[in-house]
Amino acid sequence: MELVTSVLAIAVFAGASLVYAAVGEIVTERAGVLNLGVEGMMIMGAVTAFAAAVASGNAMVGVVVGGVVGGIMALVHAFATITLRADQVVSGLALTLAGGGLASFLGQRLGPGGAPLVGMVGPRFHGVPIPWLSDLPVVGPALFDQDVLVYLLFLVVPAVWFFVARTRPGLALRAVGESPQTADAMGIGVYRVRYLATVFGGVLAGIAGAHLSLAYTPGWTEHLTGGRGWIAIALVIFATWDPRRAVLGALLFGGVNAIQFRLQAEGTTIPASLLNMMPYLLTIVVLVVITRFEALRHRLGAPAALGLAYDREERT
Amino acid sequence: MSRTGSHGRRGLAVALRGITKSFPGVLANDHVDLEVRWGEIHALLGENGAGKSTLMSILSGLYQPDEGEILVGDDEGGLRPVTITSPRAAIHLGIGMVHQHFKLVPTQTVAENVILGVEDMPFVLDLDAVARDVAEIADRLRMPVDPTAPIWQLSVGEQQRVEILKALYRGAEILVLDEPTAVLTPQEADEVAAILRSLAAEGKAIVFISHKLDEVVEIADRVTVLRKGRNVATMDVADTDKHRLAELMVGREVATTIPKPPAEPGPTVLALEGVVVRNERGLVALDHVDLEVAAGEILGIAGVAGNGQRELTEVATGLRRPDAGRVVVDGKDLTGASPVAFLDRGVAHVPADRLGRGLAGNLPLADNLAMRAYRHPPIAVGPAIRRDRMRAFAETIIERFRVDAPGPDTPARNLSGGNQQKAILGREITAGSWAAARGHRPVLVAAYPTRGLDVGAIEHVRARLLEQRAAGTAVLLVSEELDELLMMSDRIAVLHGGRIMGVVTPEETTIEELGLMMAGEAHR
Repeated sequence: MELVTSVLAIAVFAGASLVYAAVGEIVTERAGVLNLGVEGMMIMGAVTAFAAAVASGNAMVGVVVGGVVGGIMALVHAFATITLRADQVVSGLALTLAGGGLASFLGQRLGPGGAPLVGMVGPRFHGVPIPWLSDLPVVGPALFDQDVLVYLLFLVVPAVWFFVARTRPGLALRAVGESPQTADAMGIGVYRVRYLATVFGGVLAGIAGAHLSLAYTPGWTEHLTGGRGWIAIALVIFATWDPRRAVLGALLFGGVNAIQFRLQAEGTTIPASLLNMMPYLLTIVVLVVITRFEALRHRLGAPAALGLAYDREERT
Repeated sequence: MSRTGSHGRRGLAVALRGITKSFPGVLANDHVDLEVRWGEIHALLGENGAGKSTLMSILSGLYQPDEGEILVGDDEGGLRPVTITSPRAAIHLGIGMVHQHFKLVPTQTVAENVILGVEDMPFVLDLDAVARDVAEIADRLRMPVDPTAPIWQLSVGEQQRVEILKALYRGAEILVLDEPTAVLTPQEADEVAAILRSLAAEGKAIVFISHKLDEVVEIADRVTVLRKGRNVATMDVADTDKHRLAELMVGREVATTIPKPPAEPGPTVLALEGVVVRNERGLVALDHVDLEVAAGEILGIAGVAGNGQRELTEVATGLRRPDAGRVVVDGKDLTGASPVAFLDRGVAHVPADRLGRGLAGNLPLADNLAMRAYRHPPIAVGPAIRRDRMRAFAETIIERFRVDAPGPDTPARNLSGGNQQKAILGREITAGSWAAARGHRPVLVAAYPTRGLDVGAIEHVRARLLEQRAAGTAVLLVSEELDELLMMSDRIAVLHGGRIMGVVTPEETTIEELGLMMAGEAHR
């Protein structure tokens, strides 16, 4: 029992940044924009959030800065792919590569007086146990002895789900991702919706990075995100573009992390890289299953216009 | 006409006066006038490129006219000038458009599609209430549709009803439909006609674009004919007939029937025996199909799009391997053979999707025309290609098949649809004739060869097909135009749900019977 409790607590803690990034990418992709720059936006969010937290002495300022930086990077992607109609894959990859390099560079300079950030100790988020609830067996420590950013997810995830599934602008968002021609003909501003959705995804990716550098592994080291941006993108598919299932997936993937720690502590012979592979394998399984059956594909499949630039003048 | 009075509206619903619209190099509308009365069904008739769609795009706010004015009427016979800057502005004026290519989101429900983009919806949607409203309108018009069904599960006819519902839900009083029956079975087309009539009886003004004379005569009260961007005439349908309308539309005498010598069918050349095909979704697309096409015969394939036509043409040309059954060409079992093997035995193919499968749009016309010939001398010299010979070869086809192109170096996508089709036909017929020269009996599989073409190009294509028939080619003609099938075919096989519902001859069947067979309601 103690094992389950601790694995669950680590899974939630480790999965939080994945949920932020994945939920953001879900909204972006629901509008038909594929942003493979999550990893780059996350790591830029992480480094700038930490730098801002050090400079201001306030971790919350770091979160805001990380979110803004992620949003600005997404804006670049939006401009390139929506306005200029550049290839979404290429632009996203460029964002990831550029973000990684820029983050390393900034990590050398953004400390007080231009000092490197590496090894520096700064403000961070601590667990804030919620009285009584955190004493619940098994789920107590996992859900109610976490930091503020984890608690914020309790709001963000249901809100995003409700927005997408049940509101008028949410319907417009889905229509834009499924059939921009239709949305356009129905008077919906396709470009505006896509811009907003892309920037929203970037903000959440930036916050995801902030959670890493301000809570999960406080401080700045190079390659801090360690591919979590890619896991988040895999998660979007695993979750079949539904924020609720993204939480489940993040717990599962975060759990893999947690189990890995425990197994290593117990001296297992299973190589860690095999476990790290699991999220991607599961994602492929999900992809195969949903593309195999038509009904599933319509209900759970990728937005039909995902990855495609929209041009009203283009004849189809 | 005595239509006024019952709905209490007088005068004009909309008037377009002196509308002029040009695009680079094209004068699409040249001082066009159109007046539509409340309570009437008004047909806008013309060939492709006559300017019908441009005119309606101006009325629905997609394009702005260069010149001319638009006036919208009230119930009392008054008119006021308006500018329509967007589709949304058109909706505010009560003008609703039903596009030929449906504007529907396949994964969303009927109700969701109906309210998409409607401004005065609450932030949090009450889809149940919407579904009730939609069902109410649908019931009133007697066009049943389940508001909670996702669009992808609906038939084409049902999807069109959703499009009409969408316009009505937004309060459209003037309804514009672009080729509303193009993709429907005759029965579904009748249902749409009935819906339009009941809307007109309520006092709404209906404009529908068409190039089909039959439906204009059958559905419309008045008709305006456009030719080359100008209006030629507006008249009561009761005062005219199909022949006169055809003349007005084309600007010259047209043969509505083609002289066709009696068939002299030879031996069976193409035979499908118990062919079963599963499509990409694993569903049965062809269900034990037996068909035989004889030399010198045109076998027509009738059916609503999506009932196995694509799979049938693919199996017959070697592009798809049947899951069961045999494909025999001129006595030789070619089941599972490659498309090249089919071609070498003389099976030519005019595919349904001209630019998707027929031509590589960005490549020069010469390359496209040589696609069946480049593997052999004289164009092929060992592994190399003689471009000069390729161009010369292309020029002979361009000349023989009267392809109107600046030259063999023009990218294929720059040709008009009719000239693209002539180019494909030329290439395929030439390939077939080589096979004939090698002693094979040629087969020509033509899928929707006249779709989207203007009358002149249609005549050309049909004449070529009949030429092939006379030359002893076995022709398999897939079409959605029943008139065309009745005119061209020696026998007609009807496909429904991947099954052959029967094979009939044009002399002993009627459009009604074909329609019932297409809907799966009748067997022969």
